[in-house]
Amino acid sequence: MTRESRWTGFGFLALLVLLWEAAGQYGWVHKLFFPPATKILASFLQIVVSGEVLGHVGVSLWRAGLGYALAALVAITLGVLMGYWRPVYEAFEVVVELLRALPPPAIIPVAIVFLGIGDQMKVFIILFSCAFPILVNTMDGVRSVDPVLIRTARTFGLAQASLVWKVVLPAASPFIMTGLRIALAIALILVVISEMVGATSGIGYFILDSQRSFRIPQMYAGMLVLALLGYGLNRCFLLLDARLMAWHKGLTARQR
Amino acid sequence: MLEVRDLRKEFQPLSGQPVVALGSVSFRVEAGQFVSIVGPSGCGKSTLLQCIAGLSRPTAGRVLLHGREVTGPPEGLILLFQEYNKSLMAWRSVLRNVRFGLENRAGMGRAEMDAEARRYIDLVGLKGFEAHYPWELSGGMQQRVAIARALVRHPEVLLMDEPFGSLDALTRIELEDALLRLWESLRATILFVTHDIEEAVYLSDRVYVLSHRPSQVIEEIEVKLERPRNQLTTREDPRFIGARHHIFELISKEMAKA
Ligand SMILES: Nc1ncnc2c1ncn2[C@@H]1O[C@H](COP(=O)(O)OP(=O)(O)OP(=O)(O)O)[C@@H](O)[C@H]1O
Ligand SMILES: [Mg+2]
Repeated sequence: MTRESRWTGFGFLALLVLLWEAAGQYGWVHKLFFPPATKILASFLQIVVSGEVLGHVGVSLWRAGLGYALAALVAITLGVLMGYWRPVYEAFEVVVELLRALPPPAIIPVAIVFLGIGDQMKVFIILFSCAFPILVNTMDGVRSVDPVLIRTARTFGLAQASLVWKVVLPAASPFIMTGLRIALAIALILVVISEMVGATSGIGYFILDSQRSFRIPQMYAGMLVLALLGYGLNRCFLLLDARLMAWHKGLTARQR
Repeated sequence: MLEVRDLRKEFQPLSGQPVVALGSVSFRVEAGQFVSIVGPSGCGKSTLLQCIAGLSRPTAGRVLLHGREVTGPPEGLILLFQEYNKSLMAWRSVLRNVRFGLENRAGMGRAEMDAEARRYIDLVGLKGFEAHYPWELSGGMQQRVAIARALVRHPEVLLMDEPFGSLDALTRIELEDALLRLWESLRATILFVTHDIEEAVYLSDRVYVLSHRPSQVIEEIEVKLERPRNQLTTREDPRFIGARHHIFELISKEMAKA
């Protein structure tokens, strides 16, 4: 994105905020349900400065981060095994395809039965729903590794374990990164959903609780926090991706 | 030292009759020799090298290295692939690609490996490109990286599959001579596949000519030209021209059968 186009984007955002403000001020919409932007911003400043929301953000980040990291570990491992060894693929394929077809919120009731409504349940749900995009992309990535590369590693005498570690994983890494990026968005969605189902902390709880206690500006402020959080995380991911996958961008640019 | 006995390889395509790539191929290579294999396109030269390298199981027949049957990639034998650009690791710099040739060997520190890798990068004429990535290099430079990566390991046997096939004439001449110099200093055994008859004669002590599919060795030609060879005088030598004519006629006959 060029600098100019980013400024255009911010300009449009400012216009929307102004419109929102005017709609509230002049009573075009119900003032109670759509408080003016200035009120929302004031509430936002208040919950950030008082630190009230930061604790909730921290808890949500911890749950999402743990679930996401575990999902990456499990799914990359299984994805490599399934992509590389046909028998493993044949053994797991049906189970994976069935579980993958379940919309993640559908497993919340089951997770509550087995794990209660504490952190374990939330981390599990995030793990479960993040695992599939990572798994499927890892598998595709491993399958797309050029056979010449694998044979080269073999002629240099690499044993299977170091072949996977030194050749298959890096060669598949652009696909794995794609899976990880999709899963990042899913982790945020699921942490919020799970915190709305049963929790006394977390940003999802904070938003729902604000609504229930009729602190509408605070509810919007919570959503603003969430939006900024998601935006920030995604940008961090893209920065990391640009650094780690610079070779892949160069390679594909050259091939074009 | 390296012996191929009655090697046969059939492929079952997705549809239709099985393809017999190698009919019955037999030959031997003595230690320290430079041996070339020429044959019409599609006669199974790449297939043959993959079987020798232990990367592909023959349908019948055996490959013996020091009298022992090859069943998997043998220690001390490296295959340089025809698709050399795909054999390089796009995520590693030139230096780290060449270092890969040493990495899974015990008893060498990182610094020592890097020093050795740099030495070979120099030898193939890539000094200054250590930090570049393979996809930032030209085809000829990529091939040099692949050669350096193989040689840094001091393989006893080096199998090369049309390594200079896609290079321009000048780069090719330069790399032919560089390869000969390195071969002489390393005393390796090289089995070199090419479809270029002149190149085969120029480089080799011996040339095996393969027939059309299903292939077998139809002739063995000793090349009795002095070394070091010279791009001008060697190629003007009557013995060179004689060998070239002879092989050319053999291959033309094979192509006509196809
Ligand atoms: N994996 C495969 N499946 C089916 N057929 C194959 C396979 N690999 C090779 N073949 C067939 O075997 C024959 C020999 O192929 P190979 O690549 O060894 O030829 P080549 O002599 O190296 O040709 P070139 O000079 O063009 O590189 C070809 O007819 C090809 O169609
Ligand atoms: Mg070939």
